[in-house]
Amino acid sequence: MTNSAPTSVAIRESGRMRRRQPDLDVERVRSEFPALRQQVNGKPLVYLDNAATALKPQSVIDAVVRAYSEDSANVHRGVHTLSQRATDAYEASRETVADFLGAASPAQVVFVRGTTEALNLVAQSFARPRLGPGDEVLVTGLEHHSNIVPWQLVCKQTGAQLAVAPITERGEVSIAAVQSRLSARTRIVAVAHASNALGTVLPVREICAAAHAVGAKVVVDGAQAAPHLPIDVTTIGCDFYAFSGHKVYGPTGVGVLYGRGDLLAAMAPYQGGGDMIESVSFESTRFKPPPHRFEAGTPHIAGAIGLAAAIDYVQGLGWEAMHRHETRLLSSATARLLGVPGLQIVGRAADKIGVLSFVLEGVHPHDLATIADLEGVAIRAGHHCAQPVMDRLGIVATARASFALYNTSADVEALHRAVLRAQEIFS
Amino acid sequence: MLDAATLYQDLILDHGRRPRGYRFPEHANCEADGHNPVCGDRLTVKIREEDDVVVDVGFQGSGCAISTAAASTMTEAVSGKTRSEVLALAQRFRALVTGQIDPSEARDLGKLAAFAGVSKFPMRVKCATLAWHTLVAALEGDTGATTETDE
Repeated sequence: MTNSAPTSVAIRESGRMRRRQPDLDVERVRSEFPALRQQVNGKPLVYLDNAATALKPQSVIDAVVRAYSEDSANVHRGVHTLSQRATDAYEASRETVADFLGAASPAQVVFVRGTTEALNLVAQSFARPRLGPGDEVLVTGLEHHSNIVPWQLVCKQTGAQLAVAPITERGEVSIAAVQSRLSARTRIVAVAHASNALGTVLPVREICAAAHAVGAKVVVDGAQAAPHLPIDVTTIGCDFYAFSGHKVYGPTGVGVLYGRGDLLAAMAPYQGGGDMIESVSFESTRFKPPPHRFEAGTPHIAGAIGLAAAIDYVQGLGWEAMHRHETRLLSSATARLLGVPGLQIVGRAADKIGVLSFVLEGVHPHDLATIADLEGVAIRAGHHCAQPVMDRLGIVATARASFALYNTSADVEALHRAVLRAQEIFS
Repeated sequence: MLDAATLYQDLILDHGRRPRGYRFPEHANCEADGHNPVCGDRLTVKIREEDDVVVDVGFQGSGCAISTAAASTMTEAVSGKTRSEVLALAQRFRALVTGQIDPSEARDLGKLAAFAGVSKFPMRVKCATLAWHTLVAALEGDTGATTETDE
């Protein structure tokens, strides 16, 4: 939306011409993120905690402000003008999300609080009535806690078992590892599209094909993938896909569950309340069809509108240019940190998003993160809500730098200096 | 402005690198495991208590420089003290790292006064208090402590 007219350049590759998006204008992108215009501990902010949450562009902030200052009304209720405008904006946001995901219809897009709620919704409304003793739910060894705990809860409720596809030393999940755990007992496969702790991109398309071959349904946790990879739920072939607004440069408190139309239509509501019913009497209640059946109560209207603005923003920049930029940052940061004696990168998958987890000999990740913060560099330290990953790799915690479209090679240099500074203090 | 030396005083770096009391006392008669679920730090404190006096104390576990140094200096500070002296000291230490007492009033704390800078780093308070929570839990007969009960 704020992107200037694309001036595609033709490059010669493998002997044939193809159009290539121009490089990302990072300086202009940076100027659109007000949070970057600040100092932390007297140093310019270097924000490398994007896997936790991304900063917001002005267009998203403006969209949220506009939703409250102009179209501030409830949706699907009033006959008055403001309510109509709010409803139109809210439902238009659903169309934007459907388009973003490659969903066949906006009716397949349910607004929720975030990825966690989306996964819990699938566990309770889809899985719970369909699971029983002898059934299995398969997850992988690199899932975030939010793609483990909802399944543990539903297993406990139904007597089903949780199975785990193991990860390799490099932090990859092979299709063979998934296949080895699949059986006729597998009813649900719940996998991350990309790992928050290690950055690994999982072969979700192949996993869906293998799972479907044994009759299982697939739920993809797209929290980390959505900001970095173009997503097409039809190509992936998943049954459900979840992501959070705040990691794709949108507001906190809003997220999305995509579900296949026939599956959503066969599911009972997740929560009861207003806005999800057709008629209510004390004897019986008729529920609305999806997606509204799953949106009880007043939704996060401004959040959904802000999320649509965020999607417009990233799509305006172009996935190819963004991906190329982030890949460059990841490879230069990897090379830079590998040059530090005693530093070990955790998670060396061949296909990664811009997440760099590492440990430094003699410096605990928490001390490293504190010293980095004193240099203005925001990184995360800890188990990243993925304790099973840490256990598998025999570590307690890592330091994690995660990149986004506004990061620069100067940020990589600042990270490198912060690591050296920590090493100096603890030498 | 904050700098690294505010938190990482030489004494803390030294005890973080070469923790004292990093062993379990023989014939320990109270112990507890401490865990900080936010960062994964874990340690076990074991004590030999005789006639209400901490005769010997030690710890083992893994953690950051702050939690390791806090555990190390704690073992030195509480050895030979009575149970009530230890509990009072634990409270004083907590007040120091949460900024409730001025460092100038903390001279009686000896080496522990080096932790005054922690109060400027609220995210690190739990690192400093983990060992002390665990020690108190051991003395009070609890088997475990978690920093999540910190208020």
